Amino acid sequence: MSTDIFQAMAQSVIDGEKEEAARLARQAVTDGIDPLVAIDQGFVAGMRYVGEQYTLGEMFLPDLVLAAEAMKAAIAELEPEMARRGTARQVLGTVVIGTVEGDIHDIGKTLVGTLLSANGFKVYDLGVNVPLQTFLDKALEVNADIIGLSTLLTTTMINQRKFVQALEAAGVRSRFKVLVGGAPVTRSWAAEIGADGYSEDASGAVQAAIQLMQGG
Amino acid sequence: MAGNILSISQPRFRVQPLSETDIQRIHEATLHVIEHVGVRFPSPRALELWQAHGAQVDLHTSTVRAPAALIEKALRSAPPTFTLAARDPQQDLPLDGDHVFVGTDGCGVEVLDLESGQRRRSCLQDVADIARTADALEEIGFHWVPVSAQDRPAHTRSLHELCAIWGNSSKHVQTESIVTAHEAHAAVRLAEMVAGGPLALRQRPILSIMQCTASPLAQDGGSLEAALVAAEAGLPVGFMTMASAGSTAPATPAGTLVVGNAEVISALALMQLAFPGAPVFYAAAQTAMDMRTGGYTGGGPEDFLFGAASNQLADFYHVPLSMGSFATGAKLPDWQAGVENSLSTFMACASMADMLLGVGLLHGSRIWSYEQMLLDCEIFAIIRRVLQGIRVDEDSLALETIAAVGPSSHYLAQKHTRQNMRSLWMNRFFDRRPYDTWEALRDGPPDFARAKARQILASHQPQGMDERLSAELGDFLSYLDAEEPA
Repeated sequence: MSTDIFQAMAQSVIDGEKEEAARLARQAVTDGIDPLVAIDQGFVAGMRYVGEQYTLGEMFLPDLVLAAEAMKAAIAELEPEMARRGTARQVLGTVVIGTVEGDIHDIGKTLVGTLLSANGFKVYDLGVNVPLQTFLDKALEVNADIIGLSTLLTTTMINQRKFVQALEAAGVRSRFKVLVGGAPVTRSWAAEIGADGYSEDASGAVQAAIQLMQGG
Repeated sequence: MAGNILSISQPRFRVQPLSETDIQRIHEATLHVIEHVGVRFPSPRALELWQAHGAQVDLHTSTVRAPAALIEKALRSAPPTFTLAARDPQQDLPLDGDHVFVGTDGCGVEVLDLESGQRRRSCLQDVADIARTADALEEIGFHWVPVSAQDRPAHTRSLHELCAIWGNSSKHVQTESIVTAHEAHAAVRLAEMVAGGPLALRQRPILSIMQCTASPLAQDGGSLEAALVAAEAGLPVGFMTMASAGSTAPATPAGTLVVGNAEVISALALMQLAFPGAPVFYAAAQTAMDMRTGGYTGGGPEDFLFGAASNQLADFYHVPLSMGSFATGAKLPDWQAGVENSLSTFMACASMADMLLGVGLLHGSRIWSYEQMLLDCEIFAIIRRVLQGIRVDEDSLALETIAAVGPSSHYLAQKHTRQNMRSLWMNRFFDRRPYDTWEALRDGPPDFARAKARQILASHQPQGMDERLSAELGDFLSYLDAEEPA
């Protein structure tokens, strides 16, 4: 098994070339490489490098998003093979994410979803203008660990509070961690409504999610 | 006339970052985008209007693709000038292309408390206090809803905010916090009560309404329907793009202008298709994403360029412009706030944007600061003086006085000095005291501004509203509060 292909996989993620990442993933399947090894030694290595460079301020958010997209494309190619072998990628946790009802702002929430998924979370993105019941139904269906609620409007922020209350009313509050975000949301608001996590930006949201999974 | 309100008028020089060819190319690119890529209009009423006028409408995605000729024809019916009326007619604002007026920024969610200095959640009393302060400041021409009245129910919050401003100031109100047809109907009703009926409101719109687009290339359905309600009542209506280079728009400033322009002119065209001749305005606050965090920056060289370029686009379409200037990303009234707000406002003023938004908010329009509000007013006063330029005539050349003083004397004792000294700019907030004075007190511009704000709030009495009218507005608000949220 050649290390060249692993290096090429890492490089495709670093360069954010999703067609190339997908092509290498298909080649790995053809060559009989275990998909889990391809992910860990190839694509994840690239993602880790991008994450380090981002932290150092050398790479920018678009680098991170392009890398995450390449990673996603590769994993999509590898999934059928994993299913065939009866293996599965270990995920850090399962996240249901969306923008609350009454609000159509998409980008912040999508960015958080993309970065979570690139960092090893299984993410179900419900989109925008999502009724609270839909969050709950989906979270129960996929046995989510974390539910992420985004909002950009002060008038819809209240839905974050209502959701925490709805979880309590349904007797399932302790089953899920609630992560809140959006421009008008502050740490004090998150604390007041009893959310478990909060971040002001997308990369901080990943750290917050990791902390929640570690029980922090 | 703008009464006591200070505006910029007849500037001696202008800034124009785009050439005529540039403007034409941006215009053509914009029409291409609207016709071939399309803009989302997620409102049944809007889609029907577009369909009736021959645009191609994808009902599944709410995407409208409108031919260039339709957009251009619709925009031609927009009035090039109109007046924002005030409760006090002395405070009317002519949007005639020769005035720059400043408003308060909006809509923040926290306030740096004027007494404690602590950051806290905004409430209705803040809206009232800020409006009263703004009423007293000559640099402020009109109000936005400065902060959100988070202690009022979500479904009537925007209406409480409006009434709080009317109750504390006789200046024009432009609301940016009404985002449903239901709220817009109620706002029109309230404005009619204040103006003295539907016809009086149409003739003297004391209220205008500003909606945000949802970049890239989309509108918000509720905002569209609210705007249509307002336009039907004769209220001036604007659409603001906040396209952000790198995230909700291309990473190139030209591309960002195209995306934002497509959002704004397609929305304005829709208003014209629905109500030909309705007063509309272009509104813009483009920016560039912070490449490291993805965050909203609220200032930077690209923003400053957008500030001047947007007015060239609005002029090209013969509609007034409401331009996002000030609105620093800084956390405090500090060096960053001074740099960002001075340069953004200079560029917007030097291109003669009609309305500037706005003074007082920090941290990318999230946190209200009275200190910043007054310091922003001072920035505007400085820029206003700069744009008055240098008068060169017999009196200002001062040859007689120069001859009278001769070499090596001074001008302090000259009548010419006394006659002209008050036209030199007077400082309110710079620290120009002796060093020893500063060393003993260790205070500075934000402290001076805070003291002034406290003084205004302690003493300023706005032109009050008729008591019966106040009571009627209150009754109507109570009725609306009791309604089930729509």
